[in-house]
Amino acid sequence: MNKQIIASSGQRARQLTAAEIADIDHEMGIYPDKQAVGLEALKIVQKHQGWVSDESLLAIAGYLDLPAAELEGVATFFNLIYRQPVGRNVMLFCDSVSCWIMGCEGLKAHIKETLDIDFGETSPDGDFTLIPVPCLGDCDRAPVMMVGEDLHRNLTTEKIDEIISHYRRGEGSE
Amino acid sequence: MAKIVIDGVSYEVDPANNLLQECLSQGLDLPYFCWHPCMGSVGACRQCAVKQYRDADDKDGILVMACMTPASDGAIISIEDAQASSFRADVIESLMISHPHDCPVCEEGGECHLQDMTLMSGHNYRRYDKKKVTHRNQYLGPFINHEMNRCIACYRCVRYYDDYAGGTDLSVQASHHHVYFGRQADGVLESEFSGNLVEVCPTGVFTDKGFSKHYTRKWDLQSAPSVCVGCAVGCNTTPGERYGTLRRLVNRYNSEINGYFLCDRGRFGFDYVNSEQRLTEPVRLLGSESQTLSSEELAETLAEFSNSGAIGIGSPRASNESNFMLRCLVGQENFYSGFSDTEHGAVQHIIELAADPAFHCPSISEIEQADAVIILSEDVTNTAPRLALALRQSVRNKALSLAEDCHIPRWQDAAVRELAQQQRSPLCILSSYATRLDDVASDTVIETPRVLSAIGFAIANKISATAPAAGATGEHGELIERVAAQLMAAQRPLVIAGTTAGNTDLIAAAANIARALQENRGDTPVDLCLLVPEVNSMGLGMLVNQENTLGRALEKISSGAVSHAVVLENDLYRRADSAVVDAALSRLDNLMVLDLLDTPTTAKASVVLPTTAFSEHEATYVNYEGRAQLSFQVHRNHSAAKPAWRWLNGDQECDVETMVNRCSSEARGFDKLGQLLPDPAEFVAGMKIPRQSQRYSGRTAIKANLNVHEPKQAVDPESIMAFSMEGISAQTDAAFMASSWAPQWNSNQSISKFQEEINGKLKQGHTGTLLIEKRAASGAYLQAERAYPDISEGSLEVVLAQQIFGSDELSARSNSIQERMTDPYIGISPADARAHGVRHGDMVSLDGIDAPVIVCIRSKMPAGVAAIYCGDGEINPHALPETISLGKSESTVGERGIRGLIISDVLEDYSP
Repeated sequence: MNKQIIASSGQRARQLTAAEIADIDHEMGIYPDKQAVGLEALKIVQKHQGWVSDESLLAIAGYLDLPAAELEGVATFFNLIYRQPVGRNVMLFCDSVSCWIMGCEGLKAHIKETLDIDFGETSPDGDFTLIPVPCLGDCDRAPVMMVGEDLHRNLTTEKIDEIISHYRRGEGSE
Repeated sequence: MAKIVIDGVSYEVDPANNLLQECLSQGLDLPYFCWHPCMGSVGACRQCAVKQYRDADDKDGILVMACMTPASDGAIISIEDAQASSFRADVIESLMISHPHDCPVCEEGGECHLQDMTLMSGHNYRRYDKKKVTHRNQYLGPFINHEMNRCIACYRCVRYYDDYAGGTDLSVQASHHHVYFGRQADGVLESEFSGNLVEVCPTGVFTDKGFSKHYTRKWDLQSAPSVCVGCAVGCNTTPGERYGTLRRLVNRYNSEINGYFLCDRGRFGFDYVNSEQRLTEPVRLLGSESQTLSSEELAETLAEFSNSGAIGIGSPRASNESNFMLRCLVGQENFYSGFSDTEHGAVQHIIELAADPAFHCPSISEIEQADAVIILSEDVTNTAPRLALALRQSVRNKALSLAEDCHIPRWQDAAVRELAQQQRSPLCILSSYATRLDDVASDTVIETPRVLSAIGFAIANKISATAPAAGATGEHGELIERVAAQLMAAQRPLVIAGTTAGNTDLIAAAANIARALQENRGDTPVDLCLLVPEVNSMGLGMLVNQENTLGRALEKISSGAVSHAVVLENDLYRRADSAVVDAALSRLDNLMVLDLLDTPTTAKASVVLPTTAFSEHEATYVNYEGRAQLSFQVHRNHSAAKPAWRWLNGDQECDVETMVNRCSSEARGFDKLGQLLPDPAEFVAGMKIPRQSQRYSGRTAIKANLNVHEPKQAVDPESIMAFSMEGISAQTDAAFMASSWAPQWNSNQSISKFQEEINGKLKQGHTGTLLIEKRAASGAYLQAERAYPDISEGSLEVVLAQQIFGSDELSARSNSIQERMTDPYIGISPADARAHGVRHGDMVSLDGIDAPVIVCIRSKMPAGVAAIYCGDGEINPHALPETISLGKSESTVGERGIRGLIISDVLEDYSP
């Protein structure tokens, strides 16, 4: 397929990195056709770049021979594919029923006070992005949140302070 | 047939359909959004809920979605049930949570399916008082406006655009209450059928941009049943006029032809009718002086022309009546075809084949039934676009047969698509360049014309050994076997070719394939669709003598044998080499040209008579099948323009019906034309059909700026339609209707109230009359005749490329179409670009041609072939040699360029 262009902005596909291509090729070996790899490819690019820019989206579409509009449909359907830049650490904070009963609202207020960010925002230093999730499947140890790949349970304000300074020091899951 | 009970009344229904479709077929009102008669059911909107009962004793029943429930024998349902009714009211209330309720400023208002359904469902009070979700709208090109806030998320747009029309650049994005229907980013909607979104969308998300700029409510438009003049398919349309200008054009259902959909050339290519360049006065031109002709002078002029043995040149874009009248004026032997000579030969050949009992020329709805198709080098998307949309449905017959095997009803759209995935019925495309149907083709062969024709003949030969083989087919032996086998195995194979490829061998090869198939099958004729390019190419071809080519006419003029000529609605510079036309026309003492817009030919005339446009007169045209159709006058032309036949008829009193009847009785092959005329017995108490709706407003004030006295309504003495609100409008007993409207159904979806059954024939209006009679005996196999040029080193073989926006003369003069047109280009392969040292977007000159063209590098072009798009008259295709070489050009690319070109294999970034 030809290079995709976004008419209004003149944005063009970027070059996928060798590492991204290797990962995507690996997935292509598993799926019956290239088109089915769309979501995996988005996840791969996000893993490497932190988020999926327009340029990345067009690059994947070109590589997999998928219409850009269709891939955008996939990318925007899933909340955890980031189509805007996010901080170095993404906090997925559960605000569903169990966590709410266990007082997550107070904890969220504490995060907001500490990092000066609300849901959907990134801290000015670029360290954290706070995103609500409906459930992390760990209700018996509510309140919970996920930072990067790690699940943090039975949260308290003290624990949250610890977690923040832990990731600030770059001792995260990555 | 199955018996079902709806609200205590028993109905005979078709058990192969769903309950919603059958309820609508019975004329009952049941609201729906996501269902569409052409697209089946997905059960997304939950709006068509009804109560279904197990048996007569079941008093409780359960709620079911009518569109997802088969109309099986013995079903007992209720639409009126209180629980079902309140469920539907609740559903629509939720769908409309974020709807802006901006009907007063919305172009859909007054013909909005959402308004109709809201009223029908009984949701008439808004309880939601929270913040609504809002969206950013996109720029979607010159045809369509985007207003996402009005969306109720029924998914019809993407189901139509992607699933039905094969578009790839409109998608559904995000999820839950953020769901968004649009492109990946702002930009022109690429599909040639994007305009149907205007009618498919049940509310005002996608609206007609041109209409919006000079907007009028549907009820204020004056409308009449019309026929599209954009190509030879002859789709049925409803144009609407207000204050003397044509405002918009929408689909008019015809079960045999266009069904519910039009192409964008047809829908948006009409506003040349409103052009300021329209000719308005009959004039005599003397040098740069022009002098208006009085009626006496005109009569004298006509007499002079008919007494001086003038020759007449007809036109494939003029009606039967006008061509016939010109033939009457100059005499049959002096009436010449207005086709190019190659096209004249091809059209005559096609008419001959159409009468062959071995073949059947399929209508659009029959094309949708084909289960194996071969196209021989006709770029249908750009020459007969509606046919390309039909072919996209034909390849789905595989999916439908798979579904039948699995006992999945065909209307279960999502299930059928899920089952079939990428499996399609065979479609083989032979072409010299990549086409816009390649994505659904099972085989695409892109080769030189010589090889394509050889493949065509070889396939026929493979099917029946009596068919002649011709020429070397290269490495395509396997393909030939495969395609021959696919066509032989098919229930309803279809062979397509046409005139625009300019290669009569391909028409012969197509006929041979169809004949070979017919030989194998015995009695049933085989579908052979031979396309001609213009609205009345077939009609003109039938009226003109075979030997009366344009070339002979020009020769006769050049020889000095005639001093007078009449050219009917035709620009000869599009039909023959400019030098030849110039040489001929300069020999004439008097040239009379009748046309609606200025052309290079009117510039050479001594007398110019202004003619009316398609919406300004009643006329008949013959489509590619030989189907004659009647198109009514929509509005009056307020200048001196008249239908061409009326000018040519001079002083003699004659109305259009008399003219049609005369043509019918005098012209050979047109004897059934008269059947198109409305039968007076069908009209209630002799009353006319109003062109204006019952709600037409402002009648007393419409000219108040000129005079406060209410003017008398214009009288139409000829037609069965009236220029007013009086008469019998579209009711069940009217024979024709101005536009589709029924109580409670203001949108075009009211059409279901006029169909015998959903997707069936219309009770109002007619599907046309097939004119061509079959001969008793079938013909013989045809031989390849064309001599192909030898390609010398460094030169390229010329094939002509067509564009949906630009290749049709009249629509190319419409504003929105012009925004989509490109400059002439030459499509070449990367290898040839390298050899010539040119890049994509460079200007080059072609030897012997004045205008430079833009290089378009196409990855799939065969080496040694150049696909040349001649633009809107910028390059005369008849001046192009068979082979060309490229030269350097100093000119710079114009403003238009080829940026907007939508073809599948452009190599934008290519550099040698």
